[in-house]
Amino acid sequence: MFMRSFLEQPWPWYVAGPLVGLTVPALLLLGNKSFGISSSLRHVCAACIPAKIPFFQYDWKKEIWNLFFVAGILMGGFITYYFMHPGPVVVNPALVNELSGYGIHDYHSLVPTELFNWSALFTLRGALMMIGGGFLVGFGTRYAGGCTSGHTIMGLSTLQWPSLVATICFMVGGFVTANLILPYILKL
Amino acid sequence: MLYRNVKFLIVGILFGIVFIKSEVISWFRIQEMFRLQSFHMYGIIGSAIFVGMISVFIIKKFKIKTISGEDIHFHTKIFNKGQVYGGLIFGVGWAITGACPGPLFAQIGTGATVIIVPLLSAILGTWVYGKFRESLTH
Repeated sequence: MFMRSFLEQPWPWYVAGPLVGLTVPALLLLGNKSFGISSSLRHVCAACIPAKIPFFQYDWKKEIWNLFFVAGILMGGFITYYFMHPGPVVVNPALVNELSGYGIHDYHSLVPTELFNWSALFTLRGALMMIGGGFLVGFGTRYAGGCTSGHTIMGLSTLQWPSLVATICFMVGGFVTANLILPYILKL
Repeated sequence: MLYRNVKFLIVGILFGIVFIKSEVISWFRIQEMFRLQSFHMYGIIGSAIFVGMISVFIIKKFKIKTISGEDIHFHTKIFNKGQVYGGLIFGVGWAITGACPGPLFAQIGTGATVIIVPLLSAILGTWVYGKFRESLTH
């Protein structure tokens, strides 16, 4: 009974955070792999569209574990969503209030369906958020040499100050955008 | 190849389950984080770093080896300005899409098929970085 309700409820931070942290030793012990996710995007480029660019000239097959890892993340998403039935996301009422001003009312999916759907892709707002936002994620993480996993979790776990610089910049970029820029995009 | 890598697939699956169950991959949770409206994301990231740090400390202290008996290597990250410029650019994208690269994969798994578009766009962004790498400040 407890197990069942635990599996169906959203997990609190003090359960989820340590489990995320355990990914670091799990990957190290299983195969000497440094936790990092954005590199998978580079491996896809190296495998599919290297176009003689030096940055993509390396033996990506040696890094294939990373593609198995992200394929697992995708499958984990599928399993959880279809078999563990997450409920609607409960967020701060102030956010609910703000977002309702932009016509966002549906919290049943982890991804706001009113913003991210196939027909929204053909609107200015949807295209900016999905195509533009995605591009910045891929360009920025590679320019920074890592993302939240490679820098914030793996880099800080190994006490590397360049990762602290990167993490602070991720947060500054996010704070400025969410509070000062995103409202204009959501109004479109 | 499949046999050697299936363990990473399994770690990925478990990681993906934690991602969904903790709502880390939710756009709403990321918005709350950047508006300081909830402790949830800070608690997750903070406790993940804490557990990661302790694990790395134990591995180093007791010179623990991998399951196949290799010494564990840690890669030193060298500072360059890319961590500042790239970090800021990624931060902008993170707030807009509500996802870093990992969550994009998990979101597609939950049936939000349209997230394939930001994922492909992120791959394109990575490619454009690779193409113009030499002319960017690092």
